[in-house]
Amino acid sequence: MPRLINLHPRRSSALALSALPFLLLLIVYIISSSLRLADNADDKLLPALGDLYSTFKQYALEPDQRSGEILLWLDTLASLKRITIALCISTTLSLFIGLCIGIIPLLRAAFGPFITVASMIPPLAVLPILFIALGLEETSKITLIVIGITPVMIRDLSQRCMELPTEQLIKAQSLGASTWLLIIRVVVPQMLPRLLGALRLSLASAWLFLISAEAIASTEGLGYRIFLVRRYLAMDVILPYVLWITLLAFTMDWMLRTLSRKLFPWAES
Amino acid sequence: MATLTVKRLWKEYGNQVVLENINLTVADHEFVTIVGASGSGKTTFLKMLLGIEQPSRGQLLIDDKPIAPEPDQQRGIVFQRYSLFPHLSVMDHVLLGLEFQGAPFVGRLFGTRRKQAVEKANEMLNSVGLYQARDKYPAQLSGGMQQRLSIAQSVICEPKILLLDEPFGALDPGITSDMHDLILNLWESRRMTIFMITHDVQESFKLGTRLLVFDKLRHDPQSPEAYGASITYDIPLRNGKKTQASAA
Repeated sequence: MPRLINLHPRRSSALALSALPFLLLLIVYIISSSLRLADNADDKLLPALGDLYSTFKQYALEPDQRSGEILLWLDTLASLKRITIALCISTTLSLFIGLCIGIIPLLRAAFGPFITVASMIPPLAVLPILFIALGLEETSKITLIVIGITPVMIRDLSQRCMELPTEQLIKAQSLGASTWLLIIRVVVPQMLPRLLGALRLSLASAWLFLISAEAIASTEGLGYRIFLVRRYLAMDVILPYVLWITLLAFTMDWMLRTLSRKLFPWAES
Repeated sequence: MATLTVKRLWKEYGNQVVLENINLTVADHEFVTIVGASGSGKTTFLKMLLGIEQPSRGQLLIDDKPIAPEPDQQRGIVFQRYSLFPHLSVMDHVLLGLEFQGAPFVGRLFGTRRKQAVEKANEMLNSVGLYQARDKYPAQLSGGMQQRLSIAQSVICEPKILLLDEPFGALDPGITSDMHDLILNLWESRRMTIFMITHDVQESFKLGTRLLVFDKLRHDPQSPEAYGASITYDIPLRNGKKTQASAA
């Protein structure tokens, strides 16, 4: 009998194994839900799968009676717009600042400690300030996400810059590279896959900040909807919405990973 | 054409003397091999030639002009490892220096200028036997091929002085002899001055026209850092030259 650490699943069984936890969760849900419903047919906590499906269909396909909008798309579009804008801003900022801090010792001395301290500020503690200073509109929500994820991304990227072997930087200088050429031909190309990696890791936090901001002050958005219907214990809306958000986040992550593989084949391994 | 002059050169870190009173004149197109125990300051000496360490006292002159205090195109460098760029193909590695020098703002060449650069690069790659591998990335190359590439990348920029820091130290013994032929050929055809650190004494005799041995002249057992190393032997060699290169 080989050691446990030497037992590798085959492709097909690996697939089956990965499906296992999902199936388990589903089974546990179905059982608990039917038990509760058998006890009390009006139970709202764990609706039957059929109810979840029909509510989701209603939100996704039928216009809302009051506003005439299809709520799921209205919410999805609003949330995606906020998070996308925020992610673009954060990525640009962290590439620029991360490089400066990582490569140029003078800038590192000037701003490195500041970024380290700034990344320790709990972003949600700043949210009231943002609402006061920027109002309750889109700007403050986007700013919250940016403040939440950018410092960590900057630190990650500048760390990666500093991990570049000095041999590479010296070699490039001996080939006649100025600081500028060194940055655009040697450092940036090697940092782009790292940047996408940092972005993928920040996705979860970005969603967290988005939903927090929406929960507190908003008129549409996925987070807004969940917190709105919470008042009516509408688990049949909340659960599909949570699944939907998870699916969106997972898709974004998957797209970034695929993009990274396509664009930077040399970075695999 | 480069003559290197070293005048009363000292290197100290605080109380620790690493190198003391080095005096040296190296004529153009010499192949200087450097050996010495670890801690004998030979790497520090190379770093000062390269410009990433500065002398504490004394002067380093190329053609009677002080050496620049940071790396530049005058001095090429081949490290033992880690100096290739994982995101560049073999061809791009060799083009890189030409693009740095030909395009100071965008760092890339286009049109006819690129065509000329590619031609030059192809020639270079042919002469180091990497033409077939021109589209590969460093991770796909063997250790020997990586060192060939690192050498080609430096040599195409036509440095006056080429510095080699144990370039073949990490390679299989079987391929080092090929690498020796390669470096001797390039040294002959490009007329560079070469400084090469090695821990292989046989190699230093085979390749060099001049062998420098770094060691401490004096030793104080109570405070080992009190005295630095210097050049204890400076041996002219004639066997490294033509015969070997033309036989290859």
